[in-house]
Amino acid sequence: MRNYIIYKLLHAIGVAFVISMVSFILLFYTADPASMLLPETADAADIAAFQKDLGLDQPLIVQYGRWLARIVFEGDFGNSWVAKIPASELIGVALWPTLKLALIAQLIATAVAIPLGMVSAVKRYSIIDNITTFIVLVGQAMPLFWLGIMLMIVFGVFLKWLPTSGSETWLHLILPSITLASFTLPLNMRLVRSGMLEVLSQDYVRTARAKGVPRSAVLMKHAFRNAAIPLVTVTGVQFGALLGGAVVTETVFAWPGLGRLAVESIQVGDFPVVQGVVLILSGFTILANLAADIGAAWIDPRIRFN
Amino acid sequence: MNDVGAEAQSVETHLDYKPSTMSIVFKRMWQLRMGVFGFALVLALVLAAIFAPIVATHDPLEQDILARLTPPSFLEGGEDAYFLGTDQLGRDLYSRIIYGARISLTIGLSAVLVSMVIGVLLGLSAGYFGGKIDAFVDFSVNAMLAFPFILLAMTLVIALGASMENIIIALGLSNWPIFARVTRIETMKLREQEFVLAAVAQGLSHARIILKHILSNLAAPILVIATVEIARAIIRETFLSFLGLGIQPPTPSWGLMLAEGRDYMLTVWWLSTLPGFAIFLAALGINLVGDALRDLFDPRMRKG
Repeated sequence: MRNYIIYKLLHAIGVAFVISMVSFILLFYTADPASMLLPETADAADIAAFQKDLGLDQPLIVQYGRWLARIVFEGDFGNSWVAKIPASELIGVALWPTLKLALIAQLIATAVAIPLGMVSAVKRYSIIDNITTFIVLVGQAMPLFWLGIMLMIVFGVFLKWLPTSGSETWLHLILPSITLASFTLPLNMRLVRSGMLEVLSQDYVRTARAKGVPRSAVLMKHAFRNAAIPLVTVTGVQFGALLGGAVVTETVFAWPGLGRLAVESIQVGDFPVVQGVVLILSGFTILANLAADIGAAWIDPRIRFN
Repeated sequence: MNDVGAEAQSVETHLDYKPSTMSIVFKRMWQLRMGVFGFALVLALVLAAIFAPIVATHDPLEQDILARLTPPSFLEGGEDAYFLGTDQLGRDLYSRIIYGARISLTIGLSAVLVSMVIGVLLGLSAGYFGGKIDAFVDFSVNAMLAFPFILLAMTLVIALGASMENIIIALGLSNWPIFARVTRIETMKLREQEFVLAAVAQGLSHARIILKHILSNLAAPILVIATVEIARAIIRETFLSFLGLGIQPPTPSWGLMLAEGRDYMLTVWWLSTLPGFAIFLAALGINLVGDALRDLFDPRMRKG
C-alpha cells in the first residue's frame, strides 16, 4: 500500500507540473501585460523598460521557472493587474464558496444516486428503475446553466420561494447546489445501477444467499461494498468536471466563488488571477483523483498490485 | 461514459426478484420508440441546419426595434409573424434558433472529428506498440483529465482568440483523451487476439495490421462514443458562448442567446427558455441515437 501511495503521489506531482507548464505557456506567454498596465501614451522605450522590470524580456523557460518558484515557495501568484492586490488574496476569498458549493452538490448527487441506483438494479424494470432511466436520459442532455435558469424562473421569479442570486443565507445555496448536483447525478446513478447489477450476478452473492444470509445483509455488505468501487473512482475523476460545472453555475447564480472570479477576470484580461484560479482548481482535481485512487485501493486490495 | 455505463443485458441477479415479462416487453418497446424518436430529432436538427434559409421565416440578424420582446404567437400579446416571439433587439427568435442549429452542428461535428483523429491515433500507437509510447500517452491522458475541461477550453480560447475555428480547436484539443483511452485499451486487447498474431506472423507491415485488422474492429465502439461526444461538444460550445468566450454576437448561437435572455429573465421568461430547449432536444436526440447505435452494434451492451 505504501509503495502504491508513493507511486500515485509522484504521478500526481508530474501531472501538476505539466498542467502548470501548459497553462503558463497558453495564458501568460500569449498575454501582453504592457498593453494592459501601461497608459496609452507609453512609447517603445517605456514598454521595453516595463518588460525588463517584469522580466518579460527573459527566455520562456526562465520566466516559467521564476513564476513557478514564486508560487511553490511563497504562494505568490503575482498581483492582479486590475485590483492591484495579490491574486492569492482574491482567490483565498473565493475558494471556500466554491468548495462549499461543490461538496454540497456532490453530497446531494451521491445521496440521490445510491438509493435510486440500488433500487433500480435490484428491482429491474420496475417503476423506480424506469424513473431512474428517465432521469439519466434527461440529465445527460440538459445543459446545467439552462437548468439553473429554469429553476430561477420557476422558484425565484414565478413562485418567489427562493432567492435567485447572491450568497447571504443558506437559502441562497439551494438552487445552485441542486443545479450543480444535476451535473454528476446521471453518471453516478448509472454507475451504482450497473455496478450493483454486475455484482449481484456474481457467484459469491449466490453463495451468500444460499447459506441463508439475509437479503438486506447481502445487498449492503456483499454487493454494495463492491459496487461502490467505480463510484469512488469516478467521484474523484469527476471532481474536475464538477469544479468546471461550478464555474458555470456560479456565473448563472452570481455565486461569489472561483468560477465567477475566473470569468470576470477573463473579461477584463486580468491574467494573473485567471492563472491562479486555473492552478488552484487543477490542484484540487489532482488531489481528488489521488484520493480516489487511494480510496479505491483501500476498498479493493487487488488494485494495489496492478 | 459509455464504457462505464454499459452492462450485460442477460445478467441474472441472484435475488428473489424477477421482473415480469410484461415489464421487460414494455421496456424494450420503450427503448425502440426512444431510438426512433432520437433519429427523428437528429433528422430535424440536420434538416434545419442544412435548409435554414428555407425553414426560417426571417433573417436571423434582421432587427425590428418596434417589435422587440414580442411574446411567442401562442401566448397572449403574440404576433403571427413571430412564431416564437422576438428578442431584445426585435430579432425573430424562431429564425435565430433555426440558424443556431447550423452553428451547433458544425461545431459539434468538427470538434469531435478533431478529438477523434488525435485520440484514435494516439490510442492506436499506444495500444499497439506499448512501451514508452504507451507510458507517454497514458500520462498525457491522465494529465488532460486532471485539467478541468471548461478551464482548459477557456484557456485555449483566450490564447487563440474567440472565433468559430478556435472554439472547434479548443473543444477538439481538450476532449481527445476519451477517444485515446478507449482506443488504447481496445487495441491492447485486439493485439493479443489470434488473428492479429497471425497477421504479425505473416510479416504484414505495422501500418497494414493497424489499419486492416485493428482499426476496422474498433470502428463500432469509436462511432458510438463519437455520437455521444457530439452532444457533449454541442453543450460545451453553448457553455463557452454563454460565458462570452464562444461565438460572438450577433451570430445566433444557442448559448449566446441563452446568456442574452438571462438579462430579461424576470419579465420575458421565454427568451432564455426556448434556446435552452433547443440545446436540450438536440443533445437528447443525439444521445438516443448513440444508445440505439450501441444496441445495434453490440446487443450484449444493451442498457438493461
